[in-house]
Amino acid sequence: MSTDLKTEPAPEPGRTQGRFDGVLREIVMGNTLVAVLSVVLAVVVGSLMILLTDETVRETAGYIGARPSDFLNAMWTAISDAYTALFNGAIYNTNVDGFETRIRPLTETLKYAGPLILAGLGVGLAFRAGLFNIGGRGQMLLAGAAAGWVGVGMDLPLALHLPLAVLAGALAGALWAGLAGFLKAQAGAHEVIVTIMLNYVGYYLVFYALSKQGLLQAPGSLNPKSQPMPESVILPKLLGDRFNLHAGFLLALAAVGVVWWLLNKSAMGFRFRAVGENPDAARASGIDVGRTYITVMLIAGGLVGLAGVNQILGTATSGVTVDLDAGIGFDAITVALLGRSRPLGILAAGLLFGALKAGSFSMAAAEGIPVEIVLVIQSLIVLFIAAPPLVRAIFRLPKEATA
Amino acid sequence: MTDTKITVPVDESAEPAVVPLRAALKAPIMLGIVTMLVALLVGFKARPGKTTFRLGTDSDFFDLPEITVPSTATVATVVVLLAAITAASAFVVSRGRRTPLWLVAVFAVVAMTGFLAWAAAGKTVPVIGLLAGSIALAVPLVFGALGGVLGERAGVVNIAIDGQLLFGAFAAAMFGTIAGSPWGGLAAAMLAGALVALVLGFFAITYFVDQVIVGVVLNVLVIGLTSFLFGQVLAEHPQELNAPDHFERIAIPVLGQIPVVGPVLFRQTILVYLMYAAVAVVAWALYRTRWGLRVRAVGEHPKAADTVGIKVNRTRYTTLLIAGLIAGAGGATYTLVSVPQFGEEMTDGAGYIALAAVIFGRWDPVRATLAALLFGFATNLSGVLSVIGSPVPSQFMLMLPYVVTIIAVAGLVGHSRAPAADGVPYRKG
Repeated sequence: MSTDLKTEPAPEPGRTQGRFDGVLREIVMGNTLVAVLSVVLAVVVGSLMILLTDETVRETAGYIGARPSDFLNAMWTAISDAYTALFNGAIYNTNVDGFETRIRPLTETLKYAGPLILAGLGVGLAFRAGLFNIGGRGQMLLAGAAAGWVGVGMDLPLALHLPLAVLAGALAGALWAGLAGFLKAQAGAHEVIVTIMLNYVGYYLVFYALSKQGLLQAPGSLNPKSQPMPESVILPKLLGDRFNLHAGFLLALAAVGVVWWLLNKSAMGFRFRAVGENPDAARASGIDVGRTYITVMLIAGGLVGLAGVNQILGTATSGVTVDLDAGIGFDAITVALLGRSRPLGILAAGLLFGALKAGSFSMAAAEGIPVEIVLVIQSLIVLFIAAPPLVRAIFRLPKEATA
Repeated sequence: MTDTKITVPVDESAEPAVVPLRAALKAPIMLGIVTMLVALLVGFKARPGKTTFRLGTDSDFFDLPEITVPSTATVATVVVLLAAITAASAFVVSRGRRTPLWLVAVFAVVAMTGFLAWAAAGKTVPVIGLLAGSIALAVPLVFGALGGVLGERAGVVNIAIDGQLLFGAFAAAMFGTIAGSPWGGLAAAMLAGALVALVLGFFAITYFVDQVIVGVVLNVLVIGLTSFLFGQVLAEHPQELNAPDHFERIAIPVLGQIPVVGPVLFRQTILVYLMYAAVAVVAWALYRTRWGLRVRAVGEHPKAADTVGIKVNRTRYTTLLIAGLIAGAGGATYTLVSVPQFGEEMTDGAGYIALAAVIFGRWDPVRATLAALLFGFATNLSGVLSVIGSPVPSQFMLMLPYVVTIIAVAGLVGHSRAPAADGVPYRKG
């Protein structure tokens, strides 16, 4: 990347846009090989962590001089057991009988991938316009609360109730993110700080609604939790009641298509990308940058909101809680970065992280490896992908030709 | 990198004599809004009864009496005072000057007194406990904010403060237990903070990766790492690895016996005294030493700094490492003070609050410290009010610091300007 494309920070209120040029170019122009190698590197580090903390490996290391084969065996067992458990939990379980039970893990992977893709699209779309949306948690919470409120507060037939609840959730997420876009456009408030703060404000708002009788709290209950969702708003199961996979995944696939069309085929998407590439040039050529910020944040928040809807109406239908985001709002950032903010890339990244998530539970159950190892692997993947020269140096690849 | 705009490093302490009216008007307008809000409290939600403020403790030089005031009359008096201060602010602004910070501080204290008189009607407010607890809660925020200020003044945005705090807390618990001394834990915490800073620098300075992304990802990495190690190692051997000795409160002789001030400021743990020292040293070093001048030059105009022979990236690395040591010390507060034990994700995003304090405090160590103390106060206030029973739902009290930050960042409170080269990697040539 040639350095003369690094723009000087623009004057207020848009001065903070300049700092994102670099990463956006990295995301857009990095190549697939680096992405694959980054995953490999991260998995290697993850394996080292498993080895270093494995009891048997440490014990056998104590007498490595006397019997090195024990040590090597223990290492092999620790690693292969861990990844076998991961595979069994994420793709295809070889330990059980019957094709239907064996393939069940794959459907779990798809279930976890759905909200990651939706929220990843929300973060990625904002990236393309040069905005960093860290507010996924707050947007998901408000969306989940809004959808849940429509769910328990109204009594309608399924054909009306479900779409209304989905819409309410998307709208709540859109408005919450749009607030950050508005403040950026009007007052130059940095969207990173504002979205982080809105996460907390949203959390306490939903917490308040959940602890207040007459708002969202289940009648007669003292817990900060709403009533379970009624049948008429629950996203239908895709493969029958034996599998947890629900229509939220279809929602995610549809969103991938819509965002792809929006970014690549529509005038609005062109404006997003133009503002993301260079807000000053976009402004000079007549694009209303401030309004673009507001629009892109509204749509991004709507997409993240759909991830919240996916949770409350599909995955966790037992009631709205303040934990309904399940960390997806932050995982979405890594999904968007790994997918280089391209809709199809985000689809692939969401599937990969969904598989890691599904597999991590089986690793924890079978091998006692804490599920947080997935966080480590995910964040390392993103760090490595963001620094292609580092990955190239580690694997001794030739330097990429400068753009 | 083509630098066309020359920015003169701005001395934060020197306010321009004449400020644009529109910017200066924000202060009296905000004060007026708060005054109206307090007036609405007494007008529509008056709470009869008397409020007691307890100011003394048992071991002061002399005892201060408890002050009992009628709630509604006090709030009414407060509204009059607030209106007077607002008028004074408007007068100052009409003369072409900015509202002085001390006037805003007086306003805040008066408004808070009115709010407490209203909220605690019929109850007793433990003023000492409220203030002393605020300082204790603010310690990690202050250390984190100081680290953030240093990094950003050198031109490196540090979103990873939360990771530094969390890793510091983890290291303090583990190595404090192994070393058998909280001092060992503190040293480990500082090194852990510096380690996170080193990784941040490695990616942000050496590999030009976007600093905001590295910061966010590092936070996730530290959460993953510490939770993994906690589940895999610490939880298996809690006695051997996760039971550090903790720092005791030390009352400073004489100073500790001054009424109000003593129990609030000088009957704290050693970490609080270290915090006082850190604030003073960082403020002095940043503004009064050759090193501080270099740091600021590198953050404002790296190319100019490079031209006069300052090694830009080396200065950024060393500053970032020092900032990491400081932020890491803040992390030790979590595991070496009240509950000497590490728990998963125990910082609960405090690093983001510290980051907000950096911006709220306009990248100045002393102002950032005050902002951090304000956040500590807001947090403790919601705790105290929920104990004595408050008419305001605790969630709204807890929300307050974040709302205030949004307002501050949106520029309603005052003009804030980041160091010019903040977040921009320096590429030579």
